[in-house]
Amino acid sequence: MSAVLTAAPPALPPQMTPVRVAGVVKETHDTFTLTLDPPGEEAAGRFLPGQFSMLYVFGVGELPISISGDPGDSGRLVYTVRSVGKATNALVNCQPGQWVGVRGPFGTSWPIEEARGNDVLIVAGGIGLAPLRPAIQHILRHRDDYVRLLVLYGARSPKDLLYRKELAGWARLPDTQVLTTVDYGGVNWRGYVGVVTTLFRYVRLHPGRTTAMICGPEIMMRFVIRELEKRGLPDADIYLSMERNMKCAVGFCGHCQLGPYFVCKDGPIFPFTKMRPWLDKHEL
Amino acid sequence: MDTTLPSVGSQAVIDFPALSALVSALRRRGYQVIGPTVRDGAITCDAIEKIEDLPIGWGDEQESGRYRLKKRDDSAVFAYTVGPQGWKRYLHPPELPMFEGKRDGEAFQILRNPPSPPQYAFLGVRACELAAIRLQDRVLIGDRYRDPAYQARREGAFLVAVNCTQAGGTCFCVSMGTGPRVGAGFDLALTELLGAGQHSFVVEVGSKTGAAVLAEVEHRKARKEDVKAAVAAVDAAASQMGRSVDAKEVRDLLFDNFDHPRWDRVAARCLSCANCTLVCPTCFCTTVEDITDITGEHAERWRKWDSCFTDGFSYIHGGSIRLSVKSRYRQWLTHKFAAWVDQFGAHGCVGCGRCITWCPGRIDVTEEIREIRGVASPA
Repeated sequence: MSAVLTAAPPALPPQMTPVRVAGVVKETHDTFTLTLDPPGEEAAGRFLPGQFSMLYVFGVGELPISISGDPGDSGRLVYTVRSVGKATNALVNCQPGQWVGVRGPFGTSWPIEEARGNDVLIVAGGIGLAPLRPAIQHILRHRDDYVRLLVLYGARSPKDLLYRKELAGWARLPDTQVLTTVDYGGVNWRGYVGVVTTLFRYVRLHPGRTTAMICGPEIMMRFVIRELEKRGLPDADIYLSMERNMKCAVGFCGHCQLGPYFVCKDGPIFPFTKMRPWLDKHEL
Repeated sequence: MDTTLPSVGSQAVIDFPALSALVSALRRRGYQVIGPTVRDGAITCDAIEKIEDLPIGWGDEQESGRYRLKKRDDSAVFAYTVGPQGWKRYLHPPELPMFEGKRDGEAFQILRNPPSPPQYAFLGVRACELAAIRLQDRVLIGDRYRDPAYQARREGAFLVAVNCTQAGGTCFCVSMGTGPRVGAGFDLALTELLGAGQHSFVVEVGSKTGAAVLAEVEHRKARKEDVKAAVAAVDAAASQMGRSVDAKEVRDLLFDNFDHPRWDRVAARCLSCANCTLVCPTCFCTTVEDITDITGEHAERWRKWDSCFTDGFSYIHGGSIRLSVKSRYRQWLTHKFAAWVDQFGAHGCVGCGRCITWCPGRIDVTEEIREIRGVASPA
């Protein structure tokens, strides 16, 4: 009952704010990073790592996109978008100076508080690195709050790797290990080849003192969790970012349901303890 | 005529002709009165201007995949059971403009001019429907966010509930604990009494506004025998339920039977037509449509009812999560009877039976749950 009494009264959903695109950077052949000017309302520019916004291209459509920028860089909202359809294509083709609509930020965040004093293991697949970048940047800004930072990143091919310069920069930092692998290397690739779970043999985990944050295709996350369990990481220290169709982001449209949860308000970041019964359910 | 204001919780009796005065009183107060009316071979909800618009003397027969109007040999107004439409289409409209956008060079403006909705008075809200409204309240104005469009319609609405005195072939409100006697949340609640040369309604006052409206209608205090007759009539409906479902621990039952073979068998009959979700008084899912005119200068966003039975519903890049009909039916049934409990603290089904009546494949939720439970169907 006390939970009911202390819950905040239902709020009006945040409204869409038109915001100017400050810059667009091509990350890969199909993925671009958009930087938006600070939105007029200060609250709209504040976010926690792992949260997402709804981005609207005038007359085309609206999409949930994870925020991929530095949470310490006040005001500016950064999104990394892979062009996979009409609306994402319109988004990545935005020119600086053009305006887009922003709603949010929405959703739960990576466990940056719970992870304090721990090693942080980041495991990302493909575009899944984008929602994890704010967590990495938060950790780097508050480096003394965390012990080791381990980043395992898998992509389809070298040309699909995001943030290559940043990855190289993070790899040079003390107490930080960054390992990258690709499914298909090609002749000029000198790095690892194989799915992201093959990287586990190169890292040493300290179960009980490690917080794992995972984002990628569900099949990848399932196999990563299997590796983590094999290595003795408690379920309670594993967090995932889930994805579902989303129209409203405020719990009205019903599209993002995943078992008993709404990804928009109960997620997108879930502790594995909550996802455990649902993750292996096909067509849930 | 008694001139003192009836008190909340008190009961009065109005005679059949006074129903007309009730409609007039509501209209005088500026309400748009929505009530049952016969149209296209069914009893639907629409604007009521006079009591002749009501389905006087009409009843219906309902079975799985079957609905027929039937002329009664009396002049009962509310002896029908729920038709295909509920009040959802007024409180949570099937199509709703969200905003208009106007291009302004590289920028654009968002213009929000939500038309102020009419103030509705619903005449004939059944117990299951009142329960459904309370469930939608929980989803749309009682959770983390509140939907201003729903709120504007809901808060101004005047609810004249009606206790069922006749249950239908697909009704199972008793199993869901939602009826046939109306629960909380009405302004006035009627129980129709018919027979022995009398046609009247026992009226229970549920709110101060309800009391004020009743004061404008010729009524008398309910006598003990009126109240007793009303109770008996509703008890009779409770004993006539055409369907029943064992709702005990149904949440765990469905969550634990994700791979039950019954899902394949129901999928073989399910057309994925979405009828069940459209007639369901608690289904709340919507999609948005973003459109522009041909110049691209003017854009609009509309919110429209959606259904978890469409393949686009679960689409994310690369394809839909729920490709098979099996997974969509499972999602719908499991949401109603299981996930809803986690999400909103109650079952999402009120036992109105609409999804059974209006399913072209004659799929019956009560049968599906029984089969998953492993209980033989009653002969």
